[in-house]
Formats: sequence, structure tokens, C-alpha cells
Amino acid sequence: MRKVIAILLLAVVGYYILGTLLNLPFGQKATGVGKYYLDSTIKETGTVNTVTSIVVSYRGFDTLGEVTVLFLAATGLGAILFDKKGKKRSLQNASLIVKTSSKMIYPLTVLLGAYVFVHGHLTPGGGFQGGAIIATGTLLMFMAYRSFETNHTALTIIESLAGLTFVSIGISGLIWGYSFLQNILPLGTPNELLSGGIIPLIYIAVGFKVGAELTTVLDTLLKTIKG
Amino acid sequence: MIYFITSVVLILTGMYAVLVKKNLIKIVIGLSIIDSGVHLLMIAIGYVKNATAPIFSKPGLTADKMVDPVPQALVLTSIVIGLAVTAVALSLVIRLYDHHKTLDINKIRKLKW
Repeated sequence: MRKVIAILLLAVVGYYILGTLLNLPFGQKATGVGKYYLDSTIKETGTVNTVTSIVVSYRGFDTLGEVTVLFLAATGLGAILFDKKGKKRSLQNASLIVKTSSKMIYPLTVLLGAYVFVHGHLTPGGGFQGGAIIATGTLLMFMAYRSFETNHTALTIIESLAGLTFVSIGISGLIWGYSFLQNILPLGTPNELLSGGIIPLIYIAVGFKVGAELTTVLDTLLKTIKG
Repeated sequence: MIYFITSVVLILTGMYAVLVKKNLIKIVIGLSIIDSGVHLLMIAIGYVKNATAPIFSKPGLTADKMVDPVPQALVLTSIVIGLAVTAVALSLVIRLYDHHKTLDINKIRKLKW
């Protein structure tokens, strides 16, 4: 009975959403604000990746809020799952093949993550993606080795320093007499690693912060056995 | 056009899981399926026919042969928020399981509709 009611309700909702969406034009050229960003990204920010220039430069304040949300989620997760006695991971040691190969793959994964966030202004990718890749490598080590532990103090220090870097780059825009998160460095030649002013610096800080935060989240979620 | 229909189907599948399923983990999975549907919908709205990614990586790429970058930037934000929501929801599920020793919302009193 409940299933029938739910399906009927969803059919009504789906009918009206689809009815609205099928009237939208599909595949039209970008207009308005999207066209402005595409036309002026190289001139104004020196960044070839338009998505990065929007996320970090035009809407940089929004990204600061996004990083704050991720930080709050990690903190809230730690607070909800906190236990005075401490917790352990319940995982058994994996087989020899998995252990050996994850030891070999882990540094390469961290390197790939670093590549992705350093080249965030040139290729698809950026701080969030690179940080997520680094956390995936750590997850592999967590799954393979029961005794693999991360240094929580070091992770907290990395996270705080990265957040501080982001905010102080933003404030330096104010000190130089522009607005918050305004670019103060030379733009450089587009399509080179050293281009885009403050955008690569901010994305490197975001990469470190997201990597440290996601590693902490995974560590907290995997520790389920009391004692 | 097929993208709009697929994304609506994804959103409705997620809503169905949230409304009908009894297991808390399945409800959280339903929430992330709704997330994916919304992301696909936003990307599909920014799509331009025969266009490439909005990156000027080669000379000769022009702005009128590129998809709209604004929905992609917004989806990047939305994915991170979705991750945060899923993580906090899962931590609450772990706490509930510790307390009640079950994930069935019918057996956890005051949580059913």
C-alpha cells in the first residue's frame, strides 16, 4: 500500500518536472554570464581552464565557503563519532599480494593527486579532485594494513596551515588596495605552469586541505570497534 | 533531451528509495542518487551541441565551440556539499546502529511515517 502511494506521488512529481524540462531549449550556445566568462577568462585571469577561473577567481569567496562546509562536516563527524575509550579498525590484514601492490601504488596515487591539483588551472581537475585522489590512496593503505596509522597532529597542522594560506592570500588582496581574493601577482603566459596569478597557489592550498580532511574522515569512519 | 529524462528518472529513483526503503543505509544511498540526478540535470542544461570542454588548451579553440562553464563550476561546489552531507548522514547512522543494534527504521521507534 505504501509503495503504491509512493509510486503515485512520484509519477505526479515526475510528470510535472519533465513537462517543465521538455520545454527548455537543449544544446543552445552559451549566453549571458557563461559567454562573458568564456570570452574574458584569459584576458582577466590568465587561466585557460574556464571552470577553474570561475571556481577560484570569479566565485572565490564561494569556494572559501565550500571549504568551510567540508571542514565543518569533518569536525561534526569527529564530534558525533567521538568515544573516550578510543576505537580501532576491525579489518583483518589483507593477503600478501594486496599488501605488496598497495605499498607500490600508494606513492604513485599521491603523486597523481599532486599532479592533478598543481595543474588545476591547465587541465581538468583541481584542488578538490586532487585531494580526493590522495585520500583514495590512503584508503587503500587503510584497507590493506591493519596497523597503518595516520599522524593526526600532522594532519591537523597541514589542514590549518592550508586554510590559513587561502585566507591570507585573500586578505593580501585587501592589503594591496583591491577587494578580497583579488589577484595581486603577474598573470604570466597562458597555458604555462606558472600562470594565472594566485589561482594555482589557492588550488594547491585547497588540495592539501581537502586531502587532509578526507583522510581524517575516512580514518574516523573506519574505526568502528570499541576498545 | 535523453539527459533530461535520465536525470529525472535518477531523481525519482532516489526519492522512491528515500520514501519506501526501511534500511537507513539504503535511504542514504537514495539521497546520493538524488544528488547524481541533480548534477546530471545541471550539466545537461549547460550542454552545447558539438562543443568541447571549456579549456583553451590548444590554439584554434574558440569560445563559441565550448559548453557553458557556469553549471560545471556550480556542480563542483554541489559535489563537495553532497559528500559532506553523505558523510554526516553516515556518521548519524553509525551512532543509531550503536544505540539500537538495528538499521530497520520500523524497529527504531519514533522514526517511521
